[in-house]
Amino acid sequence: MKLRIRFAAIGLMLFATQGMAGAATPATVPDTIEQRAAACIACHGREGATTNAGYFPRLAGKPAGYLFNQLVSFRDGRRFNSDMAYMVQHLSDAYLREMAEYFSGLQLPYPPIATTSDATPEQLQRGRQLVHEGDAARGVPACVQCHGAALTGVQPAIPGLLGLPRLYVSSQLGAWLTSERHALPPDCMADIGRRMTTADINAVASWLAVQPMPADTKPAASLPAPLPVNCGGMPKSK
Amino acid sequence: MKLRRLGWTLLTLIVLGAAAAGTIVAMNLRGEDPLPTQAEAFAATPQLIERGRYLALAGNCAGCHTTRGGQPYAGGLPLETPFGTIFSSNLTPDGKSGIGSWSSAHFWRAMHNGRSKDGRLLYPAFPYPNFTQVTREDSDAIYAYLRSLPPAPEPNRAHLLRFPYDTQAALAVWRALSFKPEPFVANAGKPAEWNRGAYLVNGLGHCIACHGSRNSLGATETRLGLSGGLIAVENWYAPSLNDPHEAGVAGWPAADVVSLLKSGVAPRGSVMGPMADVVFRSTQYLSDADLTAMASYLKDLPDAPKPEAAAIAKVPIRRDAATMTRGAKIYDQRCAYCHGDQGQGAVGAYPPLAGNRAVNMARPTNLIQVVAHGGFLPSTPGNPRPYGMPPFGQTLDAAEVAAVLTYVRGSWGNDSAPVTQLDTMRR
Repeated sequence: MKLRIRFAAIGLMLFATQGMAGAATPATVPDTIEQRAAACIACHGREGATTNAGYFPRLAGKPAGYLFNQLVSFRDGRRFNSDMAYMVQHLSDAYLREMAEYFSGLQLPYPPIATTSDATPEQLQRGRQLVHEGDAARGVPACVQCHGAALTGVQPAIPGLLGLPRLYVSSQLGAWLTSERHALPPDCMADIGRRMTTADINAVASWLAVQPMPADTKPAASLPAPLPVNCGGMPKSK
Repeated sequence: MKLRRLGWTLLTLIVLGAAAAGTIVAMNLRGEDPLPTQAEAFAATPQLIERGRYLALAGNCAGCHTTRGGQPYAGGLPLETPFGTIFSSNLTPDGKSGIGSWSSAHFWRAMHNGRSKDGRLLYPAFPYPNFTQVTREDSDAIYAYLRSLPPAPEPNRAHLLRFPYDTQAALAVWRALSFKPEPFVANAGKPAEWNRGAYLVNGLGHCIACHGSRNSLGATETRLGLSGGLIAVENWYAPSLNDPHEAGVAGWPAADVVSLLKSGVAPRGSVMGPMADVVFRSTQYLSDADLTAMASYLKDLPDAPKPEAAAIAKVPIRRDAATMTRGAKIYDQRCAYCHGDQGQGAVGAYPPLAGNRAVNMARPTNLIQVVAHGGFLPSTPGNPRPYGMPPFGQTLDAAEVAAVLTYVRGSWGNDSAPVTQLDTMRR
């Protein structure tokens, strides 16, 4: 009897609280970086792994130093994307680094990569040539010299170039060409980007977008040779 | 005869014109101390510099006087106003571009009287109608701090204002109408803590610059106080600080107000948009004593005038059923994952939307901004790893934003006016 009354009283108290709040009880969500960074999913895809069909670049598995440098660059005005700048404008270095490390640590399978392109065979050939050989006459190093022989990036801060949307790669190279994108000085990609032409950019982006992912998609631990140029984002080569 | 009458009329006009010009000039000079004729001996102690650093944070000087990622206090940030673009000035001690050649008296005259070293009148985008309340001691401390910074050579950029706003004469008329240099006067009937709060809120904090309304000439309406205002161009509404239906805190414990200003979050609210910026760059650095003082003053603001009885008489809000259905579908797909299927939110992570006054304010301006841009609360020591909201500006069109907000404002006990497509396009 007593017990029943007590239950009834608890029932009433619960009702009163709910009535006061006028809403269902707030949920609890996990206190994890995954949950905290869930806002990134809307554009970059679940767990940071978009397809390469749209615009937004994949985040999963990129070198943490690279991701961190980009987040800070959006915050501090070196890169201009209004949504990204807005998202990170009030975040601390420590938190941005944690986000970068979270996405970097995700090892997720890549979705199928398109095998066809509307680029001409000549454009694709030019793209392949720039990626593997560069253009010595204009001082454009080959992409593989810095981004790794497999083009999957190099630790700690050079991004991979495969599995990215063609539109994203071409717009980034275009932004280097027109000085819209910057990096910590010395801004090596700005120097290289300014030496490219729009035709080169289209060729490189078209070729990269149809390359299959290698068996090992992880960024290389290091480069076999020193960087051909000095880059502010990378620790000084010895 | 006729000629003579014309002569008299002309003479009268000239005399009247000269009198008006004289009055405007005199009104622009009132309250100005003469500058010292001899070079002053200004002793900047480490304590004074440290105090100045703190006060510059309280005034969020760097918020305007620093570009994104630029050298702190080197100026150059464009401020869009309804009258054109104003570029903030270089406050570093560079001899040419900055305040390297300024004396503390020059600096005080800028803060208190709104006049630059070279005698030019300053535009009130620099909130000297508030800074005029700052004491000479505090002005000197900020001066000492700014003089301790590394000089930056960034030249000051000329403002891009439309005629006649680009003229000193127009500015002089504006000042004669809208500005009077006045020191802070303590209210003897209130405790020292309240007065400290009033000094910070109305002086250095210049809260009214956003939370007040402005007249057609862009002057803040002091008599309306902190009763809310639309931030021009940015298109955010800074809610009323004395209305319990907006952002009034009379019913909050002082500790919650302190938490909001220090950490960006409180049990019944969090900061977003321009206020997130204020917390990130300014209030998170203030001492608990100063924040408590501000809370004490803000809690005691006079109540907003009650709306007319006719306005209170509740006209039932009508919502379009199809819009509500559409809004519900978008909500389930995009919003419920974080904000809950009943708008209940998640503790410490995602704010409840049911019964949330920020959701139910008369103006949906901020809701539209939040949906379009998303964002994270500011990283602060009290909330270093905030949860975030994605931007939906790319995925939802105007009709969808209107529908989902109409649904949110009309569900789970919320009963606020629908949001129209037109609302989402207002600038």
